Amino acid sequence: MVTVSSWLHSPCPALVVDAAGAVHGMNDAAKTLLPQQVSPTRWRHGESVDIAERSYAAHRVDHADGTVTWWLLDETDLRLERERAQLLTRMSSALMTSLNPERCMTVVAELAAEHLADEAVVIAPQSDHGHPVTRCRRGEAPTYDLEHLDVEEVVGLSEALRGFPPVPSRWIDPAVAPDWLARDVVSIVVTPLPGHGVAAGALVLIRRDKQFTEDEEAFARLFASRAGVAISAASLFTQQAEITERLTRDLLPPTLRRHEHVDLAGRYRASGATERVGGDFYDVHQLPGDELFVVLGDVCGKGLDAAVQTGRVRTALHALLQVVTDHDRMLDALNQALLTTDRSRFITTVVGTVRPVDEGLHVKLTSGGHLPALIVRAGGTVEVANTRGTLVGILEKIITTTDEVVLAPGDSCLLYTDGITEAVGGPLGDEEFGEDRLRRALEACGGMPAEALVEHVHMLAARWVGSGTHDDMAVLAITAPRRRSS
Amino acid sequence: MNAVDALWEAALDGDEHRATDVVLEAAAELGHEAALLDVVGGVQRRVGGEWAANRISVAQEHAITAINDRAVTALSITRPRVEPVNGRVTVACVDGEWHALPARLLAEVLALRGFAVDYLGAQVPTPHLITHLHRTGPDVVALSSSIATRLPSAHATMTACQAAGVPVMVGGAAFGPDGEYARRFGANAWAADARSAADMLLSQKLPKPTAPHQPIDHLPHLADQEYTLVTRNARDLVRSVYRGLEDRVPAMRSYSDEQKHHTAEDLAHIVEFLATALYMDDDALFRAFLSWTSDVLGARGVPPQVLEPALTLLSEQLRDFPRAQRMLALAPERTLSA
Repeated sequence: MVTVSSWLHSPCPALVVDAAGAVHGMNDAAKTLLPQQVSPTRWRHGESVDIAERSYAAHRVDHADGTVTWWLLDETDLRLERERAQLLTRMSSALMTSLNPERCMTVVAELAAEHLADEAVVIAPQSDHGHPVTRCRRGEAPTYDLEHLDVEEVVGLSEALRGFPPVPSRWIDPAVAPDWLARDVVSIVVTPLPGHGVAAGALVLIRRDKQFTEDEEAFARLFASRAGVAISAASLFTQQAEITERLTRDLLPPTLRRHEHVDLAGRYRASGATERVGGDFYDVHQLPGDELFVVLGDVCGKGLDAAVQTGRVRTALHALLQVVTDHDRMLDALNQALLTTDRSRFITTVVGTVRPVDEGLHVKLTSGGHLPALIVRAGGTVEVANTRGTLVGILEKIITTTDEVVLAPGDSCLLYTDGITEAVGGPLGDEEFGEDRLRRALEACGGMPAEALVEHVHMLAARWVGSGTHDDMAVLAITAPRRRSS
Repeated sequence: MNAVDALWEAALDGDEHRATDVVLEAAAELGHEAALLDVVGGVQRRVGGEWAANRISVAQEHAITAINDRAVTALSITRPRVEPVNGRVTVACVDGEWHALPARLLAEVLALRGFAVDYLGAQVPTPHLITHLHRTGPDVVALSSSIATRLPSAHATMTACQAAGVPVMVGGAAFGPDGEYARRFGANAWAADARSAADMLLSQKLPKPTAPHQPIDHLPHLADQEYTLVTRNARDLVRSVYRGLEDRVPAMRSYSDEQKHHTAEDLAHIVEFLATALYMDDDALFRAFLSWTSDVLGARGVPPQVLEPALTLLSEQLRDFPRAQRMLALAPERTLSA
C-alpha cells in the first residue's frame, strides 16, 4: 500500500509500539532522531517530549491489533516563538504603565537579563551629569546610576547611542571590553534602542558561557526596538513636562509667607482639572519699611492664554511698583500699558497697601472694577469695603475709588474673584453661590487665621460647585495676627 | 494638663503661639513622632469627634485645624535631620478631600523615619498626581481619604496610580475601620494609622501592581448602572424629592430660607451617600449615614420626620433600581430605632 511506504518517509518521526511497550518499527525520521532505545510507555498523548535538545509533541494513534503508532511533531520553534511573544507582551504591558525613563530602563534591563542574556546593561545618551545606566544580572535586582563612561571604548556603542545599526557579537572582542562593562565574558552584543527620531540609548547583552546565535541577535533587535520606543516616549514626556513646568512656574500663584505683622494666605483653583494656571492671579510684594503691596485680579477669559496675560500683568505691576506706589497712578499706568498691547484682554483688579499700625493693620484698598473686599471682624461682623472703579484695559480713562480700613488683631480682609461668588451649583444644582451667601458664611469666621479663612471659603465654593464646572477661583486673606496672650 | 488638652484649648482659642509652645515642649519630652501623632493627631481626632457630634461648626473645625497645621510646621522646622535612605514616597489626598492634616502628619512621620517624601497636599487633581508619579517615580504612593462619599473618587485615583506602575497604600476613615474598602478596591496596602503605615513601609517592599485594570473589575455590581444613573441624575432627584416634600410635609411651607436650604442640602447628602453605598454595594454604609443624619437633624432642631417621607419619595423615584430599593427599604426602621 502507498500509505505504508509514505509513513516510512514522512518528515515527522513515527514509531510503532506493541501493547507491552516494545518498539516494533520506526520510520526514517525516527531512526535519525532516536539512535538509542526509547521507552514510549511514559509518553502521554498531546504532551511534550524532549529529545536531543528539541521538543516534540507526542500524538498517539491506536490500531485494532493493540499496537500504537506514536507521531512526534517538532514544536521546538513554536515553543520558542511562544516564549518570545510572551516576553514581548510582558515587556509591553510593563513599559506601557510608565512614563518614567528610569523605571522603563529598569524594566528593560531586568527582562533582558532574565530572558536574553546573563547580564544586561541599558545605557542612555549622555545628560548633564553623565550617562544614565541600568545594570542587571540574572536573578539580581537591577541598579540605576549616573555614570561617566567613555563609550568609545566599546566597539559600536557610541554608534548605537547615535542610532547606527547594531554591531554583531562576533565583531566585539570580549577580551578588550572595558572593566566598567564586563569582565571574563564570552560574548557581547550591542543593540541600539531606537526612539522617536533620536536614539533612546543602547542595550548591551552579555553572556558568560556561550556565543549568541544569529537568531538570538535578531530577536534582541526586535526586543530592543520595542523597548526603545517606550523609553523614548518616557523621555519625551519628561522633557515636555520639564519645559511646561519651567514656563508656567512664574504663572503659578506665589507661595505666601507669614510676615512679622501680617498674616497672609491665598488659595487658587484653576477652572480646568488638568490645569494649574488660569486667568485669576494674586501677588504680594514687600515695600520699603514694613509695608506690603497686595494685588488680586482676574483677566477676562480662562485657560492658558489668560494665564499668560496674568503673567504680563503681574510683571508689569511689579515693575511699576519700583517707581509708583500710589494706587490711582499705578492703575492708570497699568491701564495705559494694557491699552497699547491687547485691547481684547481687560482685567478687573484690586490693589492694597498694608501698613502695620499700633491698632493692628492699616489697609488701603483700591479697586479697578473688581468685587469689593470683605472685612471680617474678629467678632464675626462682616463689612464691605467701599471701593468702586472701572475695568482696567478698556477705556482711555479709568475711575477708581480708594477705601481705607483698620484691621484690629483677629480681623481679616478678604479679596476674592467672581469664580467664588458666581460658582453655580448648590443642592439643587442651579443656584449661584452669590455675595450674600459668602457674607453670611463669613459671619461664622470671625477671628480665624488667614490660612483657615481662605481654606474655608475655598471649600465652601468647591462644595457648592460639586462635580460641576467652575471658573478660576482665587481668594486672598490679609489678617492682623492676634497678639501673644502672655 | 496633658499636652493634648493644652493644644486643644490653645487651638480653640485660636492662640497659635501657645499651640506652638505646647507641641515643641511635647517634642522635647516625647520626641517628634509622638508630638505629631499623639498630640497633634490626638487633637485632630477630637476635632473629628466634636464635629460629628455637632458640637463645633465646620468653620471652627477649619480654625482649629489651621492652628494645628501651624504647630506641625513648627515641628517640621525643628525636625531632626534624617537621611532619606529608605526610598521615596508620594503622599497625597484624594481629589475632593479637604482634610489634609492626616496626610501631612504621615508625610512628616515618613520623613522622620528616613523616607524621601513628596507631600502634595489636599485637593490634588488626579492628572497632576499621575504626572507627578511619572516625573518622580516613587516606590509607593500613599493616598488619604476621610470622607466616605469620596470613595468612588479614591478608587479611580488608586486605579490610575496603579496603572502608572506605582503601588498604592491607602489610609483614612473613608476606607472603613478595618480597611475593608481598601481591600475591595485592590489597594496594595492599607494602614490603620501613620505609625503602622511607616512600620509597614520600613518592613516590606510593596509589590509592583499587576497589569492595568478598571474599577469595575473589583466591583462587578457596577455593571447594573445604578451608581452611574443615580450620580448623573443626582440634582434632578434632589429637586423632585424636594418638591414632593413640600406637598407632603405642610410644615415645610413655613420654613425660613435657611431651613429650606438646609433641607435641600440634607437631601443632596442623602443622594450622595446612597450613590456611594450603591458604588460599594454596602447597605450598612447607607444605614450608618442615616442614623448619623437623624442625630444631626435633631441637634440642629430640624424634626427628623422629614427623613422618612424623603426616603419614600426617593424610593418612588428609583423604582427601577433594585439595589437602591433594597437600601431605601431597609434604612428607615433602623434609623427610627437609633
